[in-house]
Amino acid sequence: MHEFDYFKPPNVEAALKAATEADDPSFLSGGMTLLPTMKQRLAAPSTLVDVTGIESLRGIEPRGEQGLWIGAATTHFEVSASEVVSGFCSAVGTLAGGIGDPAVRHRGTIGGSVANNDPAADYPALILGMNAIVETSKRTIRGDEFFVGMFETALTDGEMITGFEFERPNRASYAKFPNPASRYAVVGVFVAEFANGSVRVAVTGAGSDGVFRWHAAEEALVDEFSERSVQNCPMEDVDMMSDIHAAADYRAALIRVMARRAIINTVRPKG
Amino acid sequence: MNKTRFTVNGRQVTCEAEGRTLLVDYLRQQLRLTGTHVGCDTTQCGACMVHVDGKAMKSCTLLVAQLEGSDVTTIEGLAQGNGPHSVQAAFKEHHGLQCGFCTPGMIMSAVDMIRRHGEALTEDVIRHDLEGNICRCTGYVNIVKSIKAAAKDMSGQTP
Ligand SMILES: Cc1cc2nc3c(=O)[nH]c(=O)nc-3n(C[C@H](O)[C@H](O)[C@H](O)COP(=O)(O)OP(=O)(O)OC[C@H]3O[C@@H](n4cnc5c(N)ncnc54)[C@H](O)[C@@H]3O)c2cc1C
Ligand code: FES
Ligand code: FES
Repeated sequence: MHEFDYFKPPNVEAALKAATEADDPSFLSGGMTLLPTMKQRLAAPSTLVDVTGIESLRGIEPRGEQGLWIGAATTHFEVSASEVVSGFCSAVGTLAGGIGDPAVRHRGTIGGSVANNDPAADYPALILGMNAIVETSKRTIRGDEFFVGMFETALTDGEMITGFEFERPNRASYAKFPNPASRYAVVGVFVAEFANGSVRVAVTGAGSDGVFRWHAAEEALVDEFSERSVQNCPMEDVDMMSDIHAAADYRAALIRVMARRAIINTVRPKG
Repeated sequence: MNKTRFTVNGRQVTCEAEGRTLLVDYLRQQLRLTGTHVGCDTTQCGACMVHVDGKAMKSCTLLVAQLEGSDVTTIEGLAQGNGPHSVQAAFKEHHGLQCGFCTPGMIMSAVDMIRRHGEALTEDVIRHDLEGNICRCTGYVNIVKSIKAAAKDMSGQTP
């Protein structure tokens, strides 16, 4: 690892100031992606601004009647163990509890995962599948506008994610086919149906440009919310990843299988 | 240089080092606590597992600078009193190791999962929760057996 300066500011203002004054800063949250990348010298920031000391970035709270807020520096473990989360929508905790292994979940955070936008990460499927609101130090961005491409997001230089706001779905579920070594998604599908009858289907792990929506499945599920609906509907026209783990056509087939599993597992949340 | 104050196995330490100093290197090279191992470069093997504020974490992917005010426990700090910790005893009893390289990490993960699940720790849960620990020798069967026995042994007491 190359040498860098390390700061752990107590609030957002101080963090943004430290980032502005540095040559080539990076925010550091759980470090479960950034530190391995730095150890391999694939990244060499001049300054790390640790966001985990910022109290306003941590926690899980109900928002209004139907909403949920999760702070950017909240760990995967905290999300998976939270009763507020399981009461809101059990699929959220299930997704967080399926990330990596216990040690990664004790440290890794939702903000770091979403900012990183790894094409095989789990949280992007939740943010896009719920069209969640991404709150940043500057503005709010909807899930639909946030993910730009592989490892690319709408975040600009020095813009910090502070939290996420979710609207309660009628029912939702996440199914993933994990890579047996890393647990990252070979394919993961998040399915959600909302009070107004709309359905969203978000697919991670498969697309060369990262997470995407499977629009034909969404339309078919509005007509009939059943696993039969996705059996024959046309696949989204995106470039599928093809690698040592899975060929493109296998990934396309897995999307259908994972979508069916998610639909079958769908549970109506309490309350 | 960063100055970080925290505890290791109950002892107050102050580490003055470059920001890039990893916890595992500080433990092994400065404190000479060499029970914490390094088995990979990719945060996947779990040989470096320690507890930070009571939770299992991989010390190869933690900067000392991130730990101000934390309590770190390593394999050396697990046993209380004269005898080994119940999980250590169970690994011995059930032959939960061969070469022993992965063992400190396995034991630190085992204690963590017994803490989280208590008596609800089934074989399925053990296997699932060992996803962050790799063993190249045993095939895991005796590791799982050891953890199951330790969890049973320890029911009712604080791990
Ligand atoms: C062994 C292993 C297995 C894993 N398995 C999975 C898996 O199955 N599924 C999965 O989804 N992920 C997996 N991960 C990744 C893990 O979920 C990471 O925790 C996550 O991707 C990054 O979160 P972090 O908090 O650790 O972020 P960091 O590593 O600290 O940061 C990641 C990036 O986000 C930026 N960043 C961090 N916080 C903010 C913020 N608030 N605002 C703006 N930018 C920010 C950083 O600058 C950096 O570029 C795995 C990781 C490991 C090591
Ligand atoms: S050395 Fe830490 S996970 Fe392998
Ligand atoms: S006993 Fe040799 S690696 Fe596990």
